[in-house]
Amino acid sequence: MPKTYEPIATNTLGSNTTTITFSTISGAYTDLVLVCQIQKSTATGTYLQMRFNSDTGSNYSTTFLSGNGTSAISWRDSNRTDINLDYYAAPQNNSWTIRNISINNYSNTTTYKTVLNRANDASQGTDAGVHLWRSTAAISTITLTMPSNDFITGSTFTLYGIKAA
Amino acid sequence: MTPISLGIFASANQSAAATSFESIATVSVGSGGSSSISFTSIPATYAHLQLRCIGRSSRTQNSGYAVISYNSDTGTNYSYHALTGDGSTASAGGDASVSYQTLIYFPGALRGSNIFGVGVVDILDYANTNKYKTLRVLDGYDSNGAGYSALQSGSWRNTNAITSITITEYNSNNFVEYSHFALYGIRSA
Repeated sequence: MPKTYEPIATNTLGSNTTTITFSTISGAYTDLVLVCQIQKSTATGTYLQMRFNSDTGSNYSTTFLSGNGTSAISWRDSNRTDINLDYYAAPQNNSWTIRNISINNYSNTTTYKTVLNRANDASQGTDAGVHLWRSTAAISTITLTMPSNDFITGSTFTLYGIKAA
Repeated sequence: MTPISLGIFASANQSAAATSFESIATVSVGSGGSSSISFTSIPATYAHLQLRCIGRSSRTQNSGYAVISYNSDTGTNYSYHALTGDGSTASAGGDASVSYQTLIYFPGALRGSNIFGVGVVDILDYANTNKYKTLRVLDGYDSNGAGYSALQSGSWRNTNAITSITITEYNSNNFVEYSHFALYGIRSA
């Protein structure tokens, strides 16, 4: 059977950085998986943002399921200019959050793109998000931004490609 | 790019290392739609399976569902638990002694035609003949104002190795064109 789950690119930060971009992503895979371990530099700022192909239009939406050890909640955002990737598991400045973002069928040009996202922060909570980008364009660029803040040195971002037989 | 020998087994923020991640088979639904798809003759050479799904139902409702069964067992030998968010409320549910292992949310025909749901299903220790089989699922869809995010676990009360997987549209409708089901195997050291 053909082996797959190939690392496309890895970025381990050598200095504090606000935005991470994976560009010129090959369309050769079926799904993408982005695995991140993140800490932000200060308490300022809120959630982690993601955009595709530099699209800043109001073309993103989210349905979230989140828990913090006491309660479970669900919420949504519609017509956003970015994907809001977390709630209880938002990046902290004193602990590492980990997340796994699955971008399925990212290079097809027929359907909108649906994203599965799991984010965990051991001190805060856990999130399971489903996100939609209302575009039929193939995803060739992924941008992650920590608004009004930085990802700190040592934060890691690895993009994998999975190819179906 | 060169395939890696160390895959990442990660549907739900888990990054347990496996020695390899291999594509076993893929089913893409054609223009006529399909009420079910099957993977048969699954080799027992892996430690775990991962099923990565993209789907949409022809059901003339907001949502449709995909359900999973094994080895053509249509008995009430399955159960599952689910934690689901609909955008306003988080709820827990499940079923015991049913004929399928889990429900995966897909959009139905009343949602925008370009919107598809996604599910990542991990079937652990599928070839072991001493254990009942357990899966976990992360799935859902968003349609810009509606949708579901869900986490599920399920059990098949059978110690047989899983050699076939059937995914069926729960309400006897079809999975529509561009639905896509890909099965992967994950080897252990």
